[in-house]
Order: sequence, then C-alpha cells, then structure tokens
Amino acid sequence: MKERWQILVIDDEEVMRESLAAWLREDGYTVDTARSGLDGVSKARQKEYAIYFIDLKMPGGMDGIETMMEIRRLQPDASVIIITAYATVDTAITAMKEGAQEYIVKPCNPEEISMLVERIIKIKNLQRENQILRKRLTGQYEFRDIITKNPKMQAILELVRDVSSMRSTVLIRGESGTGKELVARAVHFSGDRAEKPFVAVSCASLAETLLESELFGYEKGAFTGANSQTKGKFEVANGGTIFLDEIGDISPKLQADLLRVLQEKRFYRLGGTNEVQVDVRVIAATNKDLAEEVREGRFRDDLYYRLNVIEIQIPPLRARREDIPMLARHLLERLASECGKEVSGLTEDALKVLLSYDWPGNVRELENAIERAVVTCRGRQLTADDFSFLSQALEARANFAIPPITLQELEKLAVQAALERSSGNVKEAAQSLGIDRSTMYEKIKRYEIPR
Amino acid sequence: MITVVRFGQVDPRIEAEVAGFLARTLECGVECAAPLPEPAGALDERRRQWMSIEFLKALLAVAPRNGRILGLTGCDLYIPMLSFLFGQAQLDGAAAVVSVARLRQEFYGLPGDDGLLMTRARKEALHELGHTLGLVHCADPLCAMSLSTNLPQVDAKRDEYCQVCGPAARARLDALNGETT
Repeated sequence: MKERWQILVIDDEEVMRESLAAWLREDGYTVDTARSGLDGVSKARQKEYAIYFIDLKMPGGMDGIETMMEIRRLQPDASVIIITAYATVDTAITAMKEGAQEYIVKPCNPEEISMLVERIIKIKNLQRENQILRKRLTGQYEFRDIITKNPKMQAILELVRDVSSMRSTVLIRGESGTGKELVARAVHFSGDRAEKPFVAVSCASLAETLLESELFGYEKGAFTGANSQTKGKFEVANGGTIFLDEIGDISPKLQADLLRVLQEKRFYRLGGTNEVQVDVRVIAATNKDLAEEVREGRFRDDLYYRLNVIEIQIPPLRARREDIPMLARHLLERLASECGKEVSGLTEDALKVLLSYDWPGNVRELENAIERAVVTCRGRQLTADDFSFLSQALEARANFAIPPITLQELEKLAVQAALERSSGNVKEAAQSLGIDRSTMYEKIKRYEIPR
Repeated sequence: MITVVRFGQVDPRIEAEVAGFLARTLECGVECAAPLPEPAGALDERRRQWMSIEFLKALLAVAPRNGRILGLTGCDLYIPMLSFLFGQAQLDGAAAVVSVARLRQEFYGLPGDDGLLMTRARKEALHELGHTLGLVHCADPLCAMSLSTNLPQVDAKRDEYCQVCGPAARARLDALNGETT
C-alpha cells in the first residue's frame, strides 16, 4: 500500500528533484516536489507527507536544516532525510540533532536509498496498524472515526460534541447499519466519562428474563443455576455509559424497571432485597418509530419521554451518498490491512457502482461489500467487476415476483430464507440481509421462527 | 506499437533479441528503428557516466503517437541522486531506456557470457516497458517488475510478469491499441 504514503522532495536543482521523484514514483509512491525551502514548508502546510527528502544547501533564505526544523514543527511525526553533496561531520551532527531521520550523501547507491525508504515506510505501516488494532481492542472510537461531509451528519457531530459531557439520556434513531453504536461510543468517549466503562447491550437478542438478569444482575439462588451473586450491566457500567440497543423491543415489565432506574438511579438485583445505587448515563437506540409505538400502546409514554431527552436521528446511507467515496476508501484501507492484501484504491467504475447502489443495509452493508471485494479481488485496485455481486443482488431484486402477501409475511419469508441459506447461523443470515445481529434476533423472536 | 532503438554502438544482436522477445511476450507489434547517436551533453566527464534523462528526451523526439519506445544503450546511466541506473522510464509515459553496461559480466572483471547478458537485457527491457504501461515495482521478487538495485536481484527474477502485473500490462496495451486504431 505504497500509494498511501506520500513523499515530498525539496531541492532547488530541477534535474535533481525531478529525477529522484521519478525514481520514487516507479517504486509506487506518490511524490510531490518543491523548488525551495519556503515552497516545501508551504506544501507541508497543505498536506501531510510521510517522508521529506531535503537538500542541505539551498539558496533563497531557507537552507535544508531550517526547512527541516520548520517542517518538524508542523508535523512532528514526519521523517526527514537530509541530502548533501559533501559529507562533513558537522553538518551530519547538526542534521541528526535537529531531528533528521537519516543523512545521505549524493550520489548514493540505489539499493541504499531503496532500503532506507522501505525501512521508514515499514515502521510507519506498523505504527498505523498498531493504531488500528489498539482502537479495535479498546473500541475507543472518536469523532474522527465518523466520516462524513453530509450537512445533517455534521450537525449530528456538533450535537454529539455539545451533549457528550452532559448526563442527559440520548435516544439514537436510525435504520439498521447506520452506525448507531458508533455515535453512542463517540458520545461516551468524547465526554468526561471516557475513562469509565462503556457497556453495550442488545435488548433484542435475549429473552425477557435473561435480559432482566443481564441488566440488573442477580443474587445467589435467585433462580436455578444462579450459583453466585452476579453484577448486571448497569452495575458494570457504573460511572460510565450503558448503551441499550433495540430499546423498542423490550417487554412492558422491563420498560417499568428501566423507568425506575432512569428516575431513581437505583434498582434491585434479581432475588435481592438491597437496593443498588448507580450513576450511569443511558444512551438508547432503536430503528423503530417509538412515537408510533407509544400511540399504539406498545411502549410506555413516560419511558419514551425519559429516553427522548436528546434525540439523534442518523440518516440512511442513500440520503448521504456524497459520503460513499470517502467511506469506501476508509473502509478499504482498514479492511485491506486486516486481510493482509495490497489493495490500494478503487477505480472510477467501481465507485460508480457503489454510488448507484441503494445500500438498504447502510454502512454495514458497504463494509461487508468492500470486505468481500477485497477478499476476492486479484488486482491492486477494486474494479466494478469486484462488485458484480451488487448488480446481481439488484437484478435478483428486479426479477423477484412478489406474491400477494402482507409486508410482515414477506419479511418473515426473507428472514426464514436467509436462515436456511446460512444453515441457522444468525450472524451470517443477518449479514446477508444487511441488518445487524440484534435486529435479526428481534425478527426471529417476533415471527417465532424455530432455529 | 512498440519501437526498439539502439543508441550508438550497442550490439545489434541485443536489439534483435529484445525486440523478438517483447513481440512474443506482449503479443504486439514491435519494430526496430534507425539507431540514434548518444545525446549530446549527456556525458558527465567527471563521473564518466551518462545522464539518463537526456536519453529519454532523445527518445521522446522520435516516439510514435500512442506507442511506446524503448532505447538500448551501452552507456553507464545515472541520475544526480544515484550512483547508477540499470534503466529509466516515464511512468505511464512513452519512453524508456535500458543500459546494458552493468548487465555485462565484463563490467565486474568477469569473463563475458552472452547468454546471461541476453537474459538480463530481456528482463530489464520488460521491466522498463512495464513502467511505461503504468506498472510500479512489484513485491513478488520473481516478477519482472520487482525492483532490482543489484545484479543478483536481476538474476533472481524471471523474464515475465506475475499474475497481477501481467493482466494490468495487457489491459494498458489493449487500451493503447484502441487509441491508435
């Protein structure tokens, strides 16, 4: 993935800088050039380069060392290679003291320079990989992980920033796969609770009694198999945030229990007589229209008002198509690194395919599509052909004759079919339908589909 | 489609070998043009080497439209930053040049070996032409597009593209063909 790393060659001699740039481009790097120290610094202000080749002797007010110092002030992580025609101990010591990574005397052996660049890039790749893995491990996603140019999403990010350090309950609404949990994590990790736990619970994936013990914990002997006192998610999240996904699916009994926690910040463990006091911020999410659920009498209005203090509505991906290219490139970079494949970009035709698709499963479906394309592609760029399965899905949809049944019956058939295809594997079936696992469990439960 | 041209006193057998090899490997038309003199002003007397960029400029002056031109020279090439080059090309451009100076065993004080020289010339010709077709260096050390900065690396690779570079070169050649016709 060399294209990702950009190099800037700063030298006042045209032949020198252009020939070195051309040589580095043959190696697959994206290379820019600058004709003076000032020009180089101004380019470094606009773009972050991984490596700077800087000639030591340059006329025009700014020599190589000064240029390097200014660039390192702008970008402390940048690697600088100082080039000189004459090796003197003094200049070498000054260059290294001011932070040059390397010091080379021209003309140098092609092998030497190629190994030098490779070594720096290898370290940069490892640092980047480490950053991605660390993030995956801690799940500490921040604002900059939410990639968007869309005005509505920008407004959401603004709102997230404003409410992150408040204690108010947040209700996040959005279709399956729009990134509700990512937004919830951004609220948590950008606020003053960031150091405390973030606990996510999918309310749809568990049966009512299980969910109850999961949320509130239980005392020893509360039920068969309760061999020891166990803390619930509310206690685990004490001081931090609990994220209740698919809140629209909880039973009336749990709705009442939850309302009590929200109002009084205390509860009883199952089978317990001592009240447990907690300080937990609640962020809830749903893909249902809760106001409608309230009107239909399926959801308590007092709980709804408690939850809906701050509402965040995430638009579906098809309503923010301008984000698709950026998202696709970001996902590709991460997934290619995870799959250990050298795939560096998407062709224009591939982007056209992605832009014309409707993404019913939103960002999650986009992620799955890119992962599939990365795994199966043979070139260094993802082409329209690598996404042919999307057009097949579109065609299948177009050729599909819908029988005269209700929408609910149709959904039940789709869920059943997906489960049959995946031999009962819920995760795989959910992926094929472009929904998340908790939504899938909710549908299995609702339609009473045996597994 | 592809033009091969000799600079100065390069052995015509190398030109014939490279041209025939490229025609077979890339399955496209290859012709040999009239030899060119070494570019004036390319020689650095102090280094006793020749600036490769001047060779590319001379080739561009006679390059066919939408085609690719490969020069073969016996001069030892350089760019200011590097001590030598086996060859240089314009990335996705018209011209490339290969120097056979350092591909000869004699350069290293060893007895000459024509067979080895021809094999090395084929590999480097395919490599530099690959750059003109938009290919960058390949991570597969056996692929002709892998970077060689010394002779053992040249000798280790094959005179063919890998499964990724091959189709990419083919696609670019076909696209060029479309532009020409």
